Amino acid sequence: MDVLDLTRLQFAVVTIYHYFFVPLSISLAATAAGLQLTWLRTGDDKYRDLTKFVGKLLIVTFAVGVVTGLVQEFQFGMGWSAFARFYGDVFGPTLAIEGMLAFFLEATFLALWYFGWDRLPRTVHAATIVVVALGTVMSAFIILAANSFMQNPVAYTLDPVTGRARLDDFGALLLNKVNLAAFPHTLAGALMAGGSLLLAIGVWRLRAAGEAGFRTLARLGAWLTVAGGALTALTGDHLGKVITEVQPMKMAAAEALYATTTGAPFSVFAIGGPDGGEPFLSVEIPKLLSILAAGSPGATVQGLDDLQAQYAAQYGPGSYIPMVPVAFWTFRLMIGIGMLAAAVAAYYLWGTRKGRTAHPLVLRLLPLIPILPAAANTFGWIFTETARQPWLAFGISRVADGISPGLTRGEVLASLIGFAVVYGVLAVVWLRLVRHLSRQPLAPAPAAAEPAADKIPVPVY
Amino acid sequence: MVTVWFSLVVLCWVLFFVLEGFDFGVGVLGPVLGRDDHERGAIVRTVGPFWDGNEVWLVAAIGVTFAAFPDWYAALLSGFYLPMAALLLLLAVRGVALEFRGKGDGERWRRRCDTALAASSAAIVLLWGAVLGVLTHGLALGADGEVTGAGLSRSLDPLLSWPALAGAGLAFYAALLIGAVFLALRTTGPVHARARRWSVRLAAAGTVVLGGAGFATGSRLVLAAAALCMGITLVARHGRELVAFGITALGVAGAVVAVFTAHGDVVLRSTLDPAWSLTMTGAAATDSALRLLSVVGVVVLPGVLVYQAFSYWVFRRRVASERVPS
Repeated sequence: MDVLDLTRLQFAVVTIYHYFFVPLSISLAATAAGLQLTWLRTGDDKYRDLTKFVGKLLIVTFAVGVVTGLVQEFQFGMGWSAFARFYGDVFGPTLAIEGMLAFFLEATFLALWYFGWDRLPRTVHAATIVVVALGTVMSAFIILAANSFMQNPVAYTLDPVTGRARLDDFGALLLNKVNLAAFPHTLAGALMAGGSLLLAIGVWRLRAAGEAGFRTLARLGAWLTVAGGALTALTGDHLGKVITEVQPMKMAAAEALYATTTGAPFSVFAIGGPDGGEPFLSVEIPKLLSILAAGSPGATVQGLDDLQAQYAAQYGPGSYIPMVPVAFWTFRLMIGIGMLAAAVAAYYLWGTRKGRTAHPLVLRLLPLIPILPAAANTFGWIFTETARQPWLAFGISRVADGISPGLTRGEVLASLIGFAVVYGVLAVVWLRLVRHLSRQPLAPAPAAAEPAADKIPVPVY
Repeated sequence: MVTVWFSLVVLCWVLFFVLEGFDFGVGVLGPVLGRDDHERGAIVRTVGPFWDGNEVWLVAAIGVTFAAFPDWYAALLSGFYLPMAALLLLLAVRGVALEFRGKGDGERWRRRCDTALAASSAAIVLLWGAVLGVLTHGLALGADGEVTGAGLSRSLDPLLSWPALAGAGLAFYAALLIGAVFLALRTTGPVHARARRWSVRLAAAGTVVLGGAGFATGSRLVLAAAALCMGITLVARHGRELVAFGITALGVAGAVVAVFTAHGDVVLRSTLDPAWSLTMTGAAATDSALRLLSVVGVVVLPGVLVYQAFSYWVFRRRVASERVPS
């Protein structure tokens, strides 16, 4: 692999890894806030215990998210300095604002919340976790705005002298229609990720220890997963339409649709087809693609070949077709696996209604369910980012032009190995800690309190 | 406008190095000052509620550098590619060790976390010190604003220079000193006594070494640092811990400011050709981007400072390191 491919691989590895933890942080923070507010309102201590339980999961997850998120902020300069120069005006303020506005809130208030159980008045304490939850959502919105610019550049002008993008309107950058569609889709996906983790832990612990609180946790997790699934489907449908509009090539690649078609069918799966030849096995739903892409069964969907000819005329010679098999399969895996997770969670809710117990086989397999949304989210991002190729920012900047000019192969290889090793260790440690934390009983946890704190005087300086 | 944003960038870096400086120092000193699991736990708890908020200043510093001076950000990070990758990995290990220490099972787990915390904190301080040292000297910037060179040595060689070694040494010393002073301020019991002894000894040693170096080289900056150390020694001996911490923090802040303003309006000096150096105005973002940032800076930064101060106020109580007989 050359420097460019290695640097792309490095970006993919650290970004995908970071994104295992981000959706969990978003949904666990929201869940903890919801549980604590429920405890405040009902006064039922079960909810306080559950809040603390979810809070511990949140803390360890957030920690990994923070340290891997820091890498994200640095790597635009490290590996993609040409892109950072070109795009600095747009991306720099976005990143800075996310850091100062949202991330500071999350980090400071999460610490206040976690260590402040006995130090802050009840309502103030509950407010701190609400602030954390709002902070994570705000972070997501601002960062997705930066990504949406790469999918659909808006609110900028190209400086004729420097050839760089110049930001015209920050508000318009945030309200990019891709962002407005991608943001709810991302939150819905996050809901599924966190929900299924709680469902898995709840079921596992219910089987092992039988504490009643875990039944609440499992059913709450299942509800979140089902609701998240329904919302991902709805928001995904909308996002698909927006993407068809701004990046028709991406959706054509997702469908492996080579020829422009009126009343296009949706291919559920195809074997042997996506490389351009006639598939020898495929299952298609007539007219569905036209409905999904443009909202009408008779709509015309542009094919790859036409788009290629059109882009070549517009941007000059070269290939503008992304890797079609990757786009085709990641798109289907994203949808299929995500819906499977929601279906399993729905089945669990049905199977445990009115105090019933679900089928033993389901209970045995359910602890593995968090893998599904994590995989679906990952496939979603791989689809979004690889099907944009060869563009970094669609229509204005190519991936090959964004890499740091001075970067050497040895440097990227060395750092890639470093990241692989450290991230591998982090993953193992995180999994073991989650398992360890999940094993603890749902009793009030005195962990954060200092021993005999009251005997210690406030220092007189 | 450019100068204002340069000052704000430097302010963010100063806050990062001062605030994280003490929690790096606390990390290194953990196994030294904490004789057993209980004492080491008390040491970690002195920074527990703060370190994450402190580290966010790095996020702010790098983000604001990117936003206000994209060329500087690009040249700095791609030029220091491997040191930065190493720093990020070490910060990852350190953050996780801190956060996971109390959540695992048993003393062996905590001892492992303490070791990882101390080792990574020490390595981070040495690396940052080396990077700052190199900044006073400059990088081999080419005409395109990128560091030239081939293979691994492109971004590693600058670290094997005298300025880098001096920077690493000074940073390590400063982190130990501010860590010890902070622990003396934040604890009671045996850890408190040891931290106080260490801060006096470290400050006294600094007075002697820096004073000697200052007279030998005639550098006013080093002499000023020696005078500062003497002040810290006197104040720490009398148990005025908040004052000692204030002076130490001021010293660290001064050192960081000195590094960033070492070459006037040149933010990154090229060792190959002065004409290729990166200047403040040359590296700055457009006026419209800076104006947007200013709005945010005026509204958000004061807010951040207020609620961070609030969190220090909430957790102002000292951490006990003595055992409570059960």
